[in-house]
Amino acid sequence: MDFFDRFAIPHASPAIYASMVAIVLTSVAIVAGLTYFKKWGYLWREWLTTVDHKRIGIMYLLSALLMLFRGGVDAIMMRAQLAAPESKLLDAQHYNEIFTTHGVVMILFMAMPFIIGFMNFVVPLQIGARDVAFPRLNAISFWLFFMGAMLFNISFVVGGSPDAGWTSYFPLAGNEFSESVGTNYYMIAIQIAGIGTLMTGINFMTTILKMRAPGMTLMKMPMFTWSSLITNAIIVFAFPVLTVLLAMGTMDRLFGTQFFTTENGGMDMLWANFFWVWGHPEVYILILPAFGIYSQVISTFARRNLYGYKSMVWSMVIISLLSFLVWVHHFFTMGQGALANSIFSITTMAIAVPTGVKIFNWLLTLWKGKIVITTPMLYSMLFIPLFTIGGVTGVMLGMSAADYQYHNTMFLVAHFHMVIIPGVVFAMLAGLTFYWPKMFGFMLNERIGKLTAWIIAISTLVAFMPMFFTGLDGQARRMYTYSEATGFGPLNMISFVGALGLAAGFVLLVYNVYYSTRYASRDISADPWDARTLEWATHTPVPSYNFAVEPQVSSEEPLWDAKKNGHELFKGEYKEIHMPNNSGVPFIMSSIFFVWGFSFVFSLWIPLILATIGIFACMTHRSFEKDHGHHISVKEIEETEEKLRGA
Amino acid sequence: MRELFPAKQVMGFVFSLVLTAVALLVYFLDMSFTTGMTILLITAFVQAGLQLVVFMHAGETKDKGAIYTNIYYGLIIALVTIFGTLLTMVWDM
Ligand code: HEM
Ligand SMILES: [Cu+2]
Repeated sequence: MDFFDRFAIPHASPAIYASMVAIVLTSVAIVAGLTYFKKWGYLWREWLTTVDHKRIGIMYLLSALLMLFRGGVDAIMMRAQLAAPESKLLDAQHYNEIFTTHGVVMILFMAMPFIIGFMNFVVPLQIGARDVAFPRLNAISFWLFFMGAMLFNISFVVGGSPDAGWTSYFPLAGNEFSESVGTNYYMIAIQIAGIGTLMTGINFMTTILKMRAPGMTLMKMPMFTWSSLITNAIIVFAFPVLTVLLAMGTMDRLFGTQFFTTENGGMDMLWANFFWVWGHPEVYILILPAFGIYSQVISTFARRNLYGYKSMVWSMVIISLLSFLVWVHHFFTMGQGALANSIFSITTMAIAVPTGVKIFNWLLTLWKGKIVITTPMLYSMLFIPLFTIGGVTGVMLGMSAADYQYHNTMFLVAHFHMVIIPGVVFAMLAGLTFYWPKMFGFMLNERIGKLTAWIIAISTLVAFMPMFFTGLDGQARRMYTYSEATGFGPLNMISFVGALGLAAGFVLLVYNVYYSTRYASRDISADPWDARTLEWATHTPVPSYNFAVEPQVSSEEPLWDAKKNGHELFKGEYKEIHMPNNSGVPFIMSSIFFVWGFSFVFSLWIPLILATIGIFACMTHRSFEKDHGHHISVKEIEETEEKLRGA
Repeated sequence: MRELFPAKQVMGFVFSLVLTAVALLVYFLDMSFTTGMTILLITAFVQAGLQLVVFMHAGETKDKGAIYTNIYYGLIIALVTIFGTLLTMVWDM
């Protein structure tokens, strides 16, 4: 039995046992359902082996939604615990595990797949391409992300959750203070998902630089494509730091190296340093595609072109560079001198300038526009004032002297939620509503959608504004409780109500999906929002080859040109189309990665070696495989086009 | 025959071996820490540039603008990261 002891949970509770049962029951239900409805073949052929960027995009989005709910349940538990002083709902250890899981899940397994999902679905369509540059690699990226996320998610029922915060600072994250395998999960699961993300970065940079439709010069790319290009460049430069850092952390924990220990020449704060060398660019990786979505939505529903296209592009280029120059603002209080802090204070304030430029560009786009309020537009309009609150408090935190007061208090927690929720989450919900008809062939209900947007926006304020005040009064972050005498009770109760409101908003979102699936009209045009860019120029549902004829582009709004100025989008005749073949190898290889990661977490060296051999076998197979893709004949294209036009 | 003989690659190969040998001297000869680090840094950067240009064909295609922009961008970020880290973790502690 000794062998199995390691899989036990060091700090169990009835809730965790209940979750175990729930996980087993759900898994059984899924397997039974798939078998009963004979869907295994469909699942394998159409989804698990697909290399189609649209399907991979949809799988990313579904995973992100799933993780949003996992992270959301964690958030509700934390807020419930803090709602009243001296509460006994959770003990300190559980609270630690929950905020760590919440942070990692929300940033790496919710926000990241959300933006990458949209890039997958939208970018190739927007630039008039048939797929990404390396479709097979794209499938590997997705499955590595997915397996990494799943590995992380089982930690709380097998061996114990990580509990050193999503930043996992050493020496706390070292063996001495984090004895369970939890932090191993952190190191390995994020490593696997991160490799997938790095490959996405390379893939999309190549796609955008090499595969644009004729006539689409760099300065004629739609704004979402621009933001994706910049984002992927940041990914390519920032993620290697994380990869190396996690490898060093793993070695410290498993092989006795001394990179981040406090003795033998180790440097514990070096972890914090390199974590934020990756971590700060990471927040811009999340926000830039969100800005791209807002730009598309705002120009579509202000019914005009984007104000200041060039300054939008340049501000993103500048942000991408500056985002690598500010990381020390996350640990101003570490003890370094005034010189270093002053330098990083100044760079931090500088980055607010290009961000401000973008806000003004959106305002000026609205100024001269004929505004149509739809759900995506409502999210975008709510985003501007709410995000400004987050941004302004960010500048406050950026002043290193003042930060000694704010650091590690609820003020900080309020700040980053006020940027991440209005900035990223609203954009994802706007994008989801906006692109839903292109993805699934019907629209989400607008009345429920707008109600959801209002509930989420108001609840965000109710949940996070009180934290600014308790933070200034000294309520520390990551503390599982506080005494009655502090007087933090009432404000925290308000905050809990806001959290419940957010939960209600997300439930309403799910209800909207259910309601619209049942009742919404399937008879919609390929361009239901009267939009301006190429993704709306092809049919709904989008055929596997995207465009039967390669589109011609002469401005950043080709579809609008075609609709209003008689621009001819599709010149020429059907030609045979060359498309990549599906493959099961990405899924199989990533599943082996899961086994690899699991073995690593528990130091099971023999399975680890076998899994490593398996991974190399998959790569060798790929090297020798003769796969030239397949061709879609002109006749087949004609039939498909005929059918889609009729429908 | 001239066109067939990859003179540039052979020269590059020899030169990269020389660079490796020079770097190894730091281990085998007795020298101060500063001299040793200087030699290592210089040979490392020259070696990386050589590999990129000669063996990874940077600059041989139409998109050399994009390739060099990326390389310079990466270089700038690497240097900023290293010197910023030295500043906060060592020099200004
Ligand atoms: C449903 C709404 C949400 C609520 C009520 C909520 C609440 C909280 C709370 C109470 C904490 C811990 C504070 C402490 O240190 O004691 C926290 C931390 C955090 N949250 Fe949220 N959150 C929400 C949504 C999000 C979203 C959407 C994201 C990211 C996209 C996010 C990212 C984070 C991060 C990164 C931390 C820091 C974790 C750490 O300190 O290790 N949260 N949140
Ligand atoms: Cu930052």
